[in-house]
Amino acid sequence: MRLMDLFGRQRTAKTAQHRLQVLLMHERAAPGRADLIPLLREDILAAIGKHIPVDSDKVQVRVERGDVVSLLEIDIEISTLAQHLLQRRAPVFDVRQAGMR
Amino acid sequence: MAHVLVVTSGKGGVGKTTSTAALGAALARGGERVVVIDFDVGLRNLDLLMGAERRVVYDLIHVVQGTAKVSQALIRDKRIDTLFLLAASQTRDKDALTEDGVERVIRELRPFFDWIICDSPAGIERGASLAMRYADSAIVVANAEVSSVRDSDRIIGLLDSTTAKAKHGQQMEKYLLLTRYDAIRAGRGEMLGVEDVLDILCIPLLGIIPESKEVLNASNMGTPVTLSNPASAPARAYSDVARRLKGEEVPLVVPSDKSGLLNKLFGRRAA
Repeated sequence: MRLMDLFGRQRTAKTAQHRLQVLLMHERAAPGRADLIPLLREDILAAIGKHIPVDSDKVQVRVERGDVVSLLEIDIEISTLAQHLLQRRAPVFDVRQAGMR
Repeated sequence: MAHVLVVTSGKGGVGKTTSTAALGAALARGGERVVVIDFDVGLRNLDLLMGAERRVVYDLIHVVQGTAKVSQALIRDKRIDTLFLLAASQTRDKDALTEDGVERVIRELRPFFDWIICDSPAGIERGASLAMRYADSAIVVANAEVSSVRDSDRIIGLLDSTTAKAKHGQQMEKYLLLTRYDAIRAGRGEMLGVEDVLDILCIPLLGIIPESKEVLNASNMGTPVTLSNPASAPARAYSDVARRLKGEEVPLVVPSDKSGLLNKLFGRRAA
């Protein structure tokens, strides 16, 4: 802890510098690939959609860009009806049978 | 149904984005449901001042073009759960903003919020024009400085002629927010005073935000100043503005961080 912290003085410029470094690293790394996440979303949904009907309005995509790793979170709401179809058509994917619950 | 506010100025760097973030946070902390929308396509910054820059997935252009639903593009604030951000696109051209698209986005948001605050880009081109187009009222942000006052006058003219309200023959409510105000310099006659600016612009004064180092600290941290240091002078001034927006009668004083004799004397005189 520096002396200035003891007196309650925040050194916000350091935070600003770090935030900018992380942000610009992501922005510079992806010129022309800014739509990567929407693209990933479409591909993931298409893959899942082969097995379960998915309503694209019931999908929430969240991202947390970090300096070491980034987190991509995709919440897909699957209706109970769709789960029913899943159990009947493809028992291989039933998590209960796979002993995961 | 939401009240749609545009925060505009003409001139850049006067504090539109700072004011949008500070007022959005102050209103939301009071329990109001608030969405702040960045209209600065290509040069977004509201996400940075809100501390949400690492979390933007979809933006206004995606919603306008139908790639994402508005509910999928809203970013919920991590500190206040009634505060949301709709970011601008960093990569698209500003021509991607369409009048119909913006109108639809605002129509879709209205039932779910108390306040929709549109952060206008500088200038008078497409982004600025669309940010004000569907507003119910306008906050004109100005500094007590000649070029800012002149640009504000120009913007007031546009608010009265190019907005949907104006085209329907209605009067657009316009309020002046004087930012980066230095009461001491105004008192010494080195800076235009509040009355000088009001005489020229002839719109009601919504608030005076004092020049303060806390504003830079807040932007460094990515926290609206009303949350980063609520006891600071600019935060108190913004909180007063938020209460006035809600219809409360709040006496107009210029809060101060300092308590020096000179500041007290001149601060009072300027207020």
